[in-house]
Amino acid sequence: MTVTDDNVASTAAAAEATVPAASRGERFSSYDVEAFEVPSGREENWRFTPMKRLRGLHDGSAPATGEIEIDAEPAPEVRVETVGRDDERIGAAGRPSDRIAAQAYSSFEKATLVTVPTETKASAPTVVRLHGPGEGKTAYGHVQVRAEAFAEAAIVLDHVGSGTYADNVEFVLGDGAQLTVVSVQDWADDAVHVSEQHLRLGRDAKLKHIVVTLGGDLVRVSPTATFAEPGGDVEMLGLHFADAGQHQEHRLFVDHAVPHCKSNVLYKGALQGDGAHSVWIGDVLIRAAAEATETFELNRNLVLTEGARADSVPNLEIETGEITGAGHASATGRFDDEQLFYLQSRGIAEEQARRLVVRGFFHEILMKIDIPEVRERLEAAIEAELQAVGV
Amino acid sequence: MSSLEIKDLHADVVTDEGSKEILKGVNLTIRSGETHAIMGPNGSGKSTLSYAIAGHPKYEVTSGEVLLDGENVLEMSVDERARAGLFLAMQYPVEVPGVSMSNFLRSAATAVRGEAPKIRHWVKEVKEEMGKLDISAEFAERSVNEGFSGGEKKRHEILQMALLKPKFAVLDETDSGLDVDALRVVSEAVNEYKANNEVGVMLITHYTRILKHIHPDFVHVFAGGRIVESGGKELADQLEESGYVGYIGKAEAAAV
Ligand SMILES: Nc1ncnc2c1ncn2[C@@H]1O[C@H](COP(=O)(O)OP(=O)(O)OP(=O)(O)O)[C@@H](O)[C@H]1O
Ligand SMILES: [Mg+2]
Repeated sequence: MTVTDDNVASTAAAAEATVPAASRGERFSSYDVEAFEVPSGREENWRFTPMKRLRGLHDGSAPATGEIEIDAEPAPEVRVETVGRDDERIGAAGRPSDRIAAQAYSSFEKATLVTVPTETKASAPTVVRLHGPGEGKTAYGHVQVRAEAFAEAAIVLDHVGSGTYADNVEFVLGDGAQLTVVSVQDWADDAVHVSEQHLRLGRDAKLKHIVVTLGGDLVRVSPTATFAEPGGDVEMLGLHFADAGQHQEHRLFVDHAVPHCKSNVLYKGALQGDGAHSVWIGDVLIRAAAEATETFELNRNLVLTEGARADSVPNLEIETGEITGAGHASATGRFDDEQLFYLQSRGIAEEQARRLVVRGFFHEILMKIDIPEVRERLEAAIEAELQAVGV
Repeated sequence: MSSLEIKDLHADVVTDEGSKEILKGVNLTIRSGETHAIMGPNGSGKSTLSYAIAGHPKYEVTSGEVLLDGENVLEMSVDERARAGLFLAMQYPVEVPGVSMSNFLRSAATAVRGEAPKIRHWVKEVKEEMGKLDISAEFAERSVNEGFSGGEKKRHEILQMALLKPKFAVLDETDSGLDVDALRVVSEAVNEYKANNEVGVMLITHYTRILKHIHPDFVHVFAGGRIVESGGKELADQLEESGYVGYIGKAEAAAV
């Protein structure tokens, strides 16, 4: 067994590996919003979130006043349906683990179900576009993506538009299913989005879960991965780019409760502008039964300007010695002056040199996104971010 | 015919603890076609001189001038200096993760030449220069300097010189980290560049072995932040014999 722990913090950010008072595995979960206390902001789970900017999603004062509009371009093999909240398939991937997720679960009226049938390989990516309810409006939603046994597909959930939105997203993978999912948060500047994403992997299933957060006033995405049977393999990738005043929070939890599963987490974020704030929490729990687990998680942040802040908290709990490997690392750094100097000393103008460095920083993740359309779109989005502030 | 004039150059290194004067009045004029060897003990300020010329942000010029064909280099940004014809082969080349060597070289050539090189000519040109330096083709797709050995980094510095065609090249300890064969290959590439271009070379080194391959017209002893003695090739031979001991004392005495 190997355990590596490499933690580097710089002036720009706090990076700490903490073991919370209670094990992550004991966190309460429920479908019922009233079963949760209203959070004050001091709780471990909420301490980084600017509660005032949640617009009441957390305290019951934000009834639905609008709807999320959905348009889907499914691959010919993939089925997209709208179902009522009584559909028995809903809730299969996991229970809400915080009050906003429970509020969303208690409040949504229609759910979107995306199904990739058994032993079917989708011939193209499926894109589901979710348009926000509009400025000043609040909506709750529910999405479930089901890859039945031995199905193979790529699904993009593309969040755009304005308003306040809370939802639960389920990814249910049958035995041997292979799924790539991309959740893009490309919201308008006013948007608030709080999303709990439940990843449930069947035997030998393989999931690549990619979170891309670019826009919005406040975006908080909490993916939780669980394994129903041995042999599961989850790769969780994240790319985020926060501008002035934006709060982007990604809270991951990988719950290894069965043997012979793998998880690999890589999140990279860039920040620029006054008040840009990113939070990354990476909880990995290897329970006593989860022998031969292999896990690694890594978070890197690049702080491009003064006044931006990145918090990064990896947390690895191991309850068995019989694991294959486990490690985590987190680092936050400023623009590397030496890199800029080197590029400029070859005649490359400063602005272009900065772009090369930022593109280089994200390159590692972009290379792992094997849907060309998505990769190209992200490259363009990163270019646009860089252009916007003249970095 | 170009000239690079360094006049009474004083420079500080700026660190979190404050600044400290390293260069204490450097005077040197290099004309195209000339090769000047700068030799000096560790910590005497040789790299500081090269960084000050290139415009590294950590080094602050407090007085003096650097003129390229009469133009004040110190007023130019780092990239402007490179486009004006200065090149620094660094003692410790920097790694830039995620940026491929080929993308980097092409971006640099485009910037320095003022237009993107025609793709077919460019591919051929790069291939040829890489061949001369015994650099295998796979390096083109690797990230700039990332995971390169010391010697591989130095070869790539010279590759960049050959592609960017500077009027003046400062080679800061290009010989360190090179084994015997690599030293020969790299020296040949430098000599070929010298033969085919109007270039002035400042060759910074600690040892005399590279001077057996690249012949200097002038040798300067650098100690305590300034040039303390200048001469011809014979000065290098003398240094090989007796080392820097005498100069270290002299420089310190002079600095009091
Ligand atoms: N970035 C820096 N931070 C702190 N001190 C520095 C820095 N750069 C240079 N110095 C100091 O300035 C002095 C000159 O350093 P420099 O690197 O120019 O010497 P050098 O002659 O190139 O030495 P070497 O032969 O070892 O390459 C040394 O005392 C060095 O410690
Ligand atoms: Mg040096």
